[in-house]
Amino acid sequence: MKVKRDLEFLDKVEELSGQSVNACIRCGTCSAGCPFVKDMDVLPERIFKKIVLGDKEGILEQNTMWICAECFTCSVRCPRDIDIAKIMEAVRQIVLREDIDKVDLDHIQNLEDLPQLAVVGCFRKETA
Amino acid sequence: MITMDGYLYYPGCTLKTKASDYEESAMAVMDALGKPLVEMEDWYCCGAVQSLTTDDLMHQLAPIRTMCCAQEEGENELVTLCDMCYNVLKQANKRIKDNPDDLETINEFQDEDPDYLGDVEVYHLFEVLKEMKKEIKKKVVKDLSSLKIAPYYGCMLLRPTEIAVDDTEDPKIMEELIGLTGAAVIDNPKKTECCGSYHTVNRGDIVEKRVKEIVGRAVEDDVDMIVLSCPLCQFNLEYHQRVTDFDVPVLYLTELLAIAFGLEVGLKKHKIDPIKKLKEKDILE
Repeated sequence: MKVKRDLEFLDKVEELSGQSVNACIRCGTCSAGCPFVKDMDVLPERIFKKIVLGDKEGILEQNTMWICAECFTCSVRCPRDIDIAKIMEAVRQIVLREDIDKVDLDHIQNLEDLPQLAVVGCFRKETA
Repeated sequence: MITMDGYLYYPGCTLKTKASDYEESAMAVMDALGKPLVEMEDWYCCGAVQSLTTDDLMHQLAPIRTMCCAQEEGENELVTLCDMCYNVLKQANKRIKDNPDDLETINEFQDEDPDYLGDVEVYHLFEVLKEMKKEIKKKVVKDLSSLKIAPYYGCMLLRPTEIAVDDTEDPKIMEELIGLTGAAVIDNPKKTECCGSYHTVNRGDIVEKRVKEIVGRAVEDDVDMIVLSCPLCQFNLEYHQRVTDFDVPVLYLTELLAIAFGLEVGLKKHKIDPIKKLKEKDILE
């Protein structure tokens, strides 16, 4: 399959994250320690490969960056000192800044049960 | 200075309501230790999660305004109970201190408010308690030796490394504090794994899987209670046990200390009642 290359996407991710995606050596430490990989369409290190290739479309159709809960486990373990949580945040932000919301208040069933910090946190990470 | 007699306390959004057991027990414990928590005269919601993009200064504003509030009270230290508040305030404060240009931009934006000088330090309550081990031990009046407790740190006290209150991979601060009560500390290999965090809002299925692993391990180890300090972890680890046949109460560390001190506080808002187990063990009447 031919990938449509969008190198501006790579530049934007690096600018927003302040991280060098090219520093990744695909060792897989991030995926090995991530408690959420079972729910991800694509492993984190595969996302980096796609970013380097400029495969914006191929990334945005995956759920990986939305499943990341910013627990920073990958960030503290990366042998290349890449702050991976910042890269996931950059990809999320590129989507959200197109005025797209990933959570809808009307669809939350148990709002009264939820502690405030959960709702504030979720809406900060998943709305434009 | 308040810090001579106690500590300037930043509550955040959840400590007054859903996590009032934590605030109530922490205040009672610190009163008993002679170092009361004194709530800030003014403060802002921290935003619960850190904004990580390089260009997003707007979301650093609320945490930095809280730093200004402390500064205006003439204080240079503030203490949080909530792990998420701790993480956000500490990371925002570090970003501003490391990047003078960001500080200048924020100060210019807050044109009518006083400039933040960057001199306030953020601490978590555990860092305060760690320095008071002798005093804590002296206050213990109940025998908790029959209780088996698993400590749970989650993420926000330990990561990223620059803001960690202890070793990111093998923290011991909670083991040491629980040990002071005489309760048995059970090694918890899941203690630094994420509970699922804010996914509880719209992806409860993800949190349920985490809870099955984290609490499931505690059940395997025949643990009586899990002890922690994050209100979101506390909610997730108790609430999502509803899809399991587990029955493990999840207490704030300060609730455990309050029990050990013989103080009747907290323990009111739990989804899994800890009082039944404490009565079974003859710890509560």
